[in-house]
Amino acid sequence: MTKGYLGIDIGSISTKGVIIDAQNNILASTYLWTKGNPIQAVKEVLKDLQKQTKNQDIKIVSVGTTGSARKLIGTILKATIIKNEITAHAVGTLSRYPDVRTIIEIGGQDSKIILIRDGIVTDYAMNTLCAAGTGAFLSSQAKRLDVEVEDFGKIALTSKNPALIAARCTVFAESDLVHKAQIGYKKEDIIAGLCRSVALNYLNNVGKGKKILDPIIFQGGVSKNIGVVKAFEDILKTNVTTDEDGHLMGALGVAILAKKEKEINFSFDIMEGQFETSSINCGSCPNNCEIICVKEGNKLIDAWGNRCDRGKSNIKIEQKE
Amino acid sequence: MEKIISFPHLGDYYIPISIFLERTTKLKVIPSPPITKKTIELGAKYSPDSVCVPFKYNLGNFIETLENGANILFTAGGGCRYRYYAEVTEVILRDLNYNFEFYKLFSGDYLNFREVYRLFKKINPKLSLYTFIHNAIYTILFIWQMDKIDKIIRKNIGFEKKKKQHITLKKEMLKKFKSTNSILKLILYYWKYKHLFKKIPIDKPKDCLKVGIIGELYTAMEPFSSYFLEKELANMNIEIKRYTNLSYLLWQKIWLKKHMLRTTKKYCKYTLGADGLDNVYRTIKLINKKYDGIIHTKPFGCTPEVGAIPIIQKICQENNMPILFFSYDVENSNEGMKTRLEAFHDLLKVRREHK
Repeated sequence: MTKGYLGIDIGSISTKGVIIDAQNNILASTYLWTKGNPIQAVKEVLKDLQKQTKNQDIKIVSVGTTGSARKLIGTILKATIIKNEITAHAVGTLSRYPDVRTIIEIGGQDSKIILIRDGIVTDYAMNTLCAAGTGAFLSSQAKRLDVEVEDFGKIALTSKNPALIAARCTVFAESDLVHKAQIGYKKEDIIAGLCRSVALNYLNNVGKGKKILDPIIFQGGVSKNIGVVKAFEDILKTNVTTDEDGHLMGALGVAILAKKEKEINFSFDIMEGQFETSSINCGSCPNNCEIICVKEGNKLIDAWGNRCDRGKSNIKIEQKE
Repeated sequence: MEKIISFPHLGDYYIPISIFLERTTKLKVIPSPPITKKTIELGAKYSPDSVCVPFKYNLGNFIETLENGANILFTAGGGCRYRYYAEVTEVILRDLNYNFEFYKLFSGDYLNFREVYRLFKKINPKLSLYTFIHNAIYTILFIWQMDKIDKIIRKNIGFEKKKKQHITLKKEMLKKFKSTNSILKLILYYWKYKHLFKKIPIDKPKDCLKVGIIGELYTAMEPFSSYFLEKELANMNIEIKRYTNLSYLLWQKIWLKKHMLRTTKKYCKYTLGADGLDNVYRTIKLINKKYDGIIHTKPFGCTPEVGAIPIIQKICQENNMPILFFSYDVENSNEGMKTRLEAFHDLLKVRREHK
């Protein structure tokens, strides 16, 4: 029997799960869309992972969660560790590339930069106010151009003369794009221009004031887009490495972190029960905190979101009803 | 109609300020209702969109307090764009058909006592110079002592053995401060409570993580506007240092200016407006004092701080100092801030292990 460690990364757009062994080798991995329902997505991830490891004798002894739904899923799975995605990505990437100095990560709704010197994180940043230049922007533009977002990269590479598209803001980029399309630019030039604007936008917003040094690892869903990779290489005038497991780095990182925690008994059917979330408004003061309650059947597992203690008593009342 | 005085919130400072107003004007004083989501919703609704978030909080405070029956409003002034906010606020509130008198406490950047006295004499013609000076000294002492106690609290609150002891004791102290009119008694209370605060049992390792908070004044002093940043840090067992407080802004800052320009000579030739230069200076100071990290807060679009940030970033890069920037605006979720803070905490911890 080998000991397995489960890491789950529940992002806004996609949910990723990996099982690793003690040497950080990936034994099983899965990747699917969150579709706005993290609980259902994780159920499917677990089912898939169970199927993949059926013939191997693996026992899961620790579980970690990361990503924007880390707290919700971590509570339901009784995870041993719940970690923010910045740390998880850094740990995951460092396990494969110990000498990396810059991690560029562009996901569905957020993008981040992590600077690493001598194997430790020294600085990081995340996009703050808007989701410009992330995967969501690319896929909505793909729909507008009637192109599969998966083909974006290939088409972009065929362009000889990329269109200039404003990189400052998604809304401006979009109107720029429409305008260019209407005055007769070729599709591939527009797509190549879009890829370039994603890279420029990233460097102007998230990467502002940061020293981007070699070796650079590019990960997250958008790293699958070879057009954006090439745009980064052109602008930074250096090599940008992508990993075929680049989308799994967060899950891998939190699985590695889970290794250090206490071992637990984990079974794949932990999600079999009926899990429900509901939100109630506290109402004790005009702040009206929205409290999120997680229930298994009728039992309240956890609740959060209230700023003071008064909310807790309200949940109890709700429970009685 | 009964005259009721009111003013917007800024942390716990509403207590000394309302005492001062009450005792000098002899009118009824009701501070604005505590800041909640409703306050900022109201404020944002009637504010120009691109104005910074302190304006929106203040406007929300004014609207809520006017609804409660207040009819004399006070506001501060000075600083950056803030010095023009009083006029804009007044116009917006008049357009909303509220009836009120509106006073601005200071017209320049610093407090001018003669001007303030004239203003209060206008509101309360019976006000004697003696009462005014007595209460001014009382209030200044109150603020100064409260700020000094707050410094102790920030150092230790993350490590208290029994939760909420510091907060409970502070509430008790403020009640005692409020109860007296005598300056001597106020000083005695301060010494008594300072002693009590030092006696609260704490479990603090010698090499705990230390973080300095710098940045714009409103987000530094009003906990609601920074989503209770200091509380989050305390929950992570971090010692907090914050320079900005009312004592600093009202009377300490003016003495420090020359010294700050000298210390920051390598980076700044002139002041940057509002607290810009101060924050460059504090960055250098925190690095010299070997703090583990710096957190910089500002409202979105804060011009003086936008000017200071590249300089601060450069200093931090040169000295290998981790720094985290937060920009606040009207948002309802603090999840983004929590994620970044958690990562920052991890970063600081790992750095410590590698030292």
